[in-house]
Amino acid sequence: MIRALGWVLRRDLLLAFRRRGDVVNALVFFVIVVSLFPLGVGPEASQLRNMAPGVLWVAALLACMLSLARLFAPDHQDGTLEQMLLAGEPLVVLVMGKVISHWLVSGLPLVLMAPLLGLQFDLPGDALAVLCVSLLIGTPILSLIGAVGAALTLGVRGSGVLVSLLVLPLYVPVLIFGAGSVGATAAGTGAEAHLLLLGGFLALALVLAPWASAAALRIAME
Amino acid sequence: MLEARQLECTRGERRLFRELSFRLGRGQLLRVAGANGSGKTSLLRIMCGLVAPSAGELRWRGRPIRAEREEYSRNLVFIGHLNALKDDLTALENLQVAAALGGMPADADRMLAGLDRFGVSHCAELPAKVLSQGQRRRVALARLALSPAVPLWILDEPFSALDVGAVLELERLLAAHIASGGMVVLTTHQEVQVVAHAVLRVDLDVHAAALLAA
Amino acid sequence: MTKSQRFSWFVFSSPQSFYPLAGTLQPWFAALAALLCAAGLYISFFVAPTDAQQGESYRIIFIHVPAAWMSMFLYLVMGFWSGVGLVLNTRLSSMVATALAPTGALFTFIALWTGALWGKPTWGTWWVWDARLTSELILLFLYIGFMALQAAIDDPRRADKAGAVLALVGVVNIPIIYFSVQWWSTLHQGASVSMKSAPTMAATMLLGMLIMALGFWMYSIAATLARVRCVILERERHTDWVAAEIGGQS
Repeated sequence: MIRALGWVLRRDLLLAFRRRGDVVNALVFFVIVVSLFPLGVGPEASQLRNMAPGVLWVAALLACMLSLARLFAPDHQDGTLEQMLLAGEPLVVLVMGKVISHWLVSGLPLVLMAPLLGLQFDLPGDALAVLCVSLLIGTPILSLIGAVGAALTLGVRGSGVLVSLLVLPLYVPVLIFGAGSVGATAAGTGAEAHLLLLGGFLALALVLAPWASAAALRIAME
Repeated sequence: MLEARQLECTRGERRLFRELSFRLGRGQLLRVAGANGSGKTSLLRIMCGLVAPSAGELRWRGRPIRAEREEYSRNLVFIGHLNALKDDLTALENLQVAAALGGMPADADRMLAGLDRFGVSHCAELPAKVLSQGQRRRVALARLALSPAVPLWILDEPFSALDVGAVLELERLLAAHIASGGMVVLTTHQEVQVVAHAVLRVDLDVHAAALLAA
Repeated sequence: MTKSQRFSWFVFSSPQSFYPLAGTLQPWFAALAALLCAAGLYISFFVAPTDAQQGESYRIIFIHVPAAWMSMFLYLVMGFWSGVGLVLNTRLSSMVATALAPTGALFTFIALWTGALWGKPTWGTWWVWDARLTSELILLFLYIGFMALQAAIDDPRRADKAGAVLALVGVVNIPIIYFSVQWWSTLHQGASVSMKSAPTMAATMLLGMLIMALGFWMYSIAATLARVRCVILERERHTDWVAAEIGGQS
């Protein structure tokens, strides 16, 4: 089982490495969206500092969501998804492999990029650290929930926008506690509770989401 | 070993076939025939366990496949219309992933031997996107050369896009598999030798007509 | 239960036998709904006392709160029937879930709209980002997502099952979303007002809201029965009994 997960992971990472453009595009989207907000609301420093947690988190969320189109759809089109369903390994394990690779390629770069962007918003050092940690815990949740949405809309027309519609309401708790943790740090109250709750969500998502995604994939392939 | 009982398939609102029953034993080849759109691919997908039939059931070694899908999947290889190749991976890498997911050892030598069987070992280090249609089909079929131990082979139009040499090689492979007690299910529009001696034939058009007449 | 008694309920689990049953029951529920809503509105307008702080405008709570209750309740019911359809592979349960969604969305919309109508005369703004209204907004998105997913998938059985997975994921998430929005709302409260600062509940007010809630519930059943009849006709249009049904009516 672990061997199969390892091979799925290895394949997806190889593919991402050979199509580096796709990966970089999502990262550039993140940077551009974040830069739009000061242009929209004005460069006043304290206002930007207040907005920063929300803006950074929403942008990360949107970037993650855009990359969901690459999660299952290409495999569906070339027949490799079919082979995954026939692999004789639990589909849940293989889905986990795909989600892990999706996070490594689409989520982790955001975590690494976020502090730089946080500096643009004049966030203090400890808030930047909490931002990183919150994204580190939160982006896997986004990938896990997103996998369910991507699996449900496989091959459906208009699936790009439809995935957003399905998945964004489910992202709200992650957004609230993720951005809340940074806001709490900047305001001086602790971020512990927020981060612990995020950790709880991650645990819940790890248990439920791969199972729901596998069920949705089987339904989509019928 | 594989038994179908009163299978019925409904796609959307069309009922493709109903009350279809057959039995496939070791060393037998089943050819599914029928006009385009008669449900051949759907039947093959039901036999893989990808789709549940709208009525009836499929049994493997006496037990319904619905109950033990994973176990059943380990006993079959399916090669469909799509080649299941990743454009950006080399032929060798593609085959390695396929082998690994099928629970087989994925070392390079074995893969090369498989590719060589179909005459595409020179494509091993080439990404799949630069290969021709026929070469890609051969890389996909190379998996069969690695799977003599897998009892059930389900193939959807395996001979399409193949040149004469590859057709002969595939025939040889199928014949060897059947001779050693394996089972093959396939659809094809070509009359090839191994198929002409098929023990079983399910013709979906004839079956539908018979039901109407009855 | 004897075997024959148990068998008689399952007879109605096929669309063909449920269709006439739904047709018979529907007018009764509609009548009940009309009666209960009339009673509830009477209480809300004439019986409940005028509030000291908010005057007459608070009376919209008699529609706002029951509508919010119904919107949540209907999502759970929808999730339940979807789940039954997914696990037991029955068609009718999934059709009922599909029929429930628009009514649920309607109540969510009513809750949001009446919330806005309450906010304007009371606090001067059309929208307040308080916990309940925000949760209702997200619930509306969940309903719309369910309906959009089912509309986008052509194959009806796949649409049923995919919708079921989505609805069940939603059911698990609703408590989490509600809790998160509560947290967010209390954290950012400051001087902003909340819909919760409603006048203290007199017994008549609670009674009025319960009666309205019951009325809305009866309406939901009536509307769902009517809608599920249409869904049945559409989904089973290739069968003989539907052809006879439609042929007989035209």
